[in-house]
Amino acid sequence: MNSLISPKNLNRLGILGINQRNTDFIMQYNNRSLFPLVDDKLQTKKLAVNAGISVPQLYAVIEINHQLKSLQALLDEHDQIVIKPAHGSGGNGILVITKKIAGKYKISNGDLLSINALKHYISNILSGMYSLGGLPDKAFLEYCVKFDPIFDDVSYKGVPDVRIVVFKGIPVTAMLRLSTSNSNGKANLHQGAIGVGINLTNGCTTHGVMGNKLTSIHPDTGHSIKNIMIPCWEKILQIAVKCADTVGLGYLGVDIVLDKNLGPLMLELNARPGLNIQLANQRGLLSTLETIKKMEIIPDEIDNRITLAQTIAERSTTS
Amino acid sequence: MHKFAVRFWSISIIILGLIIAIYKSISLGVPFTHNAQTEFWTIQARLSFISFSKNVKASLFVPNITPGFIKLDENYISGKFGLNAKLTGDNKAAIWTIRKANGEQTLYYRTSITRSDSSIDWGSVPDYPKAPVFLEPYSTSVNNLIEDVRSQSADISSFTYELIDQLNTSDKNENISLIRGLAKTNDEFASLISKLLAVAHIPSRKLWTIALSDAANDVIPHVFIQVHNGDEWITFHPRTGVTGIPNNYLAWKVGDEALYKLKRGRNADLKFSVTKSYIELIDVAEHKIKQKDSIFGKLTLSSLPVQTQNTYSLLLMVPLGALLVVIMRTIVGIQTFGTFMPILIAIAFRETQLFWGIVLFTVIVFIGLLIRFYLERLRLLLIPRLAAILVVVVILMLIISIVTSQLGLDRLLSISLFPMVILAMTIERMSITWEENGAQVALLQGLGSLVVASFGYLLMTNQKLTYLMFAFPELLLIILGTCMLLGSYTGYRISEFLRFREIKLIDTSK
Repeated sequence: MNSLISPKNLNRLGILGINQRNTDFIMQYNNRSLFPLVDDKLQTKKLAVNAGISVPQLYAVIEINHQLKSLQALLDEHDQIVIKPAHGSGGNGILVITKKIAGKYKISNGDLLSINALKHYISNILSGMYSLGGLPDKAFLEYCVKFDPIFDDVSYKGVPDVRIVVFKGIPVTAMLRLSTSNSNGKANLHQGAIGVGINLTNGCTTHGVMGNKLTSIHPDTGHSIKNIMIPCWEKILQIAVKCADTVGLGYLGVDIVLDKNLGPLMLELNARPGLNIQLANQRGLLSTLETIKKMEIIPDEIDNRITLAQTIAERSTTS
Repeated sequence: MHKFAVRFWSISIIILGLIIAIYKSISLGVPFTHNAQTEFWTIQARLSFISFSKNVKASLFVPNITPGFIKLDENYISGKFGLNAKLTGDNKAAIWTIRKANGEQTLYYRTSITRSDSSIDWGSVPDYPKAPVFLEPYSTSVNNLIEDVRSQSADISSFTYELIDQLNTSDKNENISLIRGLAKTNDEFASLISKLLAVAHIPSRKLWTIALSDAANDVIPHVFIQVHNGDEWITFHPRTGVTGIPNNYLAWKVGDEALYKLKRGRNADLKFSVTKSYIELIDVAEHKIKQKDSIFGKLTLSSLPVQTQNTYSLLLMVPLGALLVVIMRTIVGIQTFGTFMPILIAIAFRETQLFWGIVLFTVIVFIGLLIRFYLERLRLLLIPRLAAILVVVVILMLIISIVTSQLGLDRLLSISLFPMVILAMTIERMSITWEENGAQVALLQGLGSLVVASFGYLLMTNQKLTYLMFAFPELLLIILGTCMLLGSYTGYRISEFLRFREIKLIDTSK
């Protein structure tokens, strides 16, 4: 029967369930007091800049409605711009302005918005529409990533990013997230984006998963999403590890984008990374996590840790 | 290590809750089902007489110590007589007095009793009796009998049994036939046994009992013999020698005096009648708790004012609903809007009943969503928009109430109890989910909320559970412990069997 998987099989495959992720990993390795560092993207950005991690440049922060008066001037400084809520979760509330046409702003899904529509949009962000619990929020404008041409064929109206899960400073799994017409340009798997597993050793994509179903082609472009070599793979892993060290969370999701000029940039961090990455990699996380959990000595050197991660990954794929 | 702590504490809490509940059930007789009943009897003693002068005084012994039974209530119907109840030794007497009464008088004593194993025994300790004097030829026969019995017995109890046995069976023995001739009635026979026991210096007395039956008038009290063995009173049947009071006999009084005494009256007549009926066990338990002066007597919810009781009978169900949410979310993995929103909806369903509750909920959320989508285009700020939705929800409720009242569907009027703030929040969240994650996710979560709310309704309106929670509030400890245990549950959610199903495909193809 293919419609369900038995708990026995889930266990055999070492699939990490959401309850276990919460109790055994997030609650145990992620200190509550550190959550604000990753939940507030502005704080994350500041932290990363101080630690020398490259991030998309911050243009402006909007904290009160009054500041919207100068929005026009801020937008005119750059051709392309991304508007984000500081406390948005799951890629919600992100608006990408790709072009200016006759006083209107073209956004990533092709719609044209007036300056007033944008102001309303930002004021919604400020009143907490995208933040957890509806708390008042901040909005910020940042550099719009010009993504690497390698993803041209497999992305639809959005920025593909790489999600890496880092446990105790060691990368354990990675996937490439590709937006689709379904996901409305967002790279969030819950919203219909495709997740593609990545081989940790060489940065080559493996299987794709859309929703909870396997796929090997991008539904909008028809191109194969398998066997894409992600450029700057070692650099990406280094950024991920560095982020984990900087923020101090034991179980962390790091989202990294590839800019064609600037190389890998850290977009945001996630203290509660999702579990669909297991589907994308067609591999359960538990055995790897347990191996690392048992390790008493973790190397200090970032490169040593990456090598360690790759040996663990190789061992678990061959077994 | 902390997982052990969680288990330790939660299991301790669960066991504590269980122990209190079981203690209450066994020791205090609080029943586990709400309509558990037990038999109870109403016994009426009717004393009638004709009085002809001043200062009439009538006294009647009434039950005091009732092994195997517990008095639920008792009352005296005294007419113009003054009443005074007095304890004398193991007995209780009702004493009626009146300065002047002419003609026929009737006094009643009525008591309701039910079975109980927690009642007390007689406490009085008698003196050693003086040996009574029997005249010849009885004297020799008595001495022979006593000697005979003594040689065949070991202690007071066996002596008494042997004596009763000999008196009742050995027909051929001349001594016994002679002695038996002294007693004609049952009452006299009991007195005779008592007298013979006194010869052996064994303290004894009569026990007057009333046989309990379904419905009986003119019940004649049955007399038993009690002997004191130094520690306690042992009851014997004067004809069979069987020890103990049969379980359908109510002890009325002890001692040799008559059941009633009358001063300045005549034609006295005492009649007993018995009726049996049924009573809720919980009522009995409450009496027992009061009588026992148990700490749980003060902790019982039924000591609260009735209105507060009703509130609590609902409030106590909320944790049960919360437990359901916990199970639905952490074990099943159903998604809902808001953690406890389904429970509040379920509480609202209590008034509308399930079917109409679901219909009304769906209608309001649906229309609310339509209006919310329009409001979205007006670009309102978040808080004013939420307030606007709230107003819309109230208007919708008003319209539904007015329309249904015109149509005569009174049941739908109770829509006014719907939690409108919760509905407004649900509409807002559903529309945001709709826009961001698509209609499918929004509808799925809406459906999930309704499913959990429906289960919650069924659970929280279950009569048996409502009774159970009310009678045993300590079951909250079990819910608490279970929630804690589930809090450390790291197993898979049922929804994950669906979510990760595609992994198996590749694995088996390898």
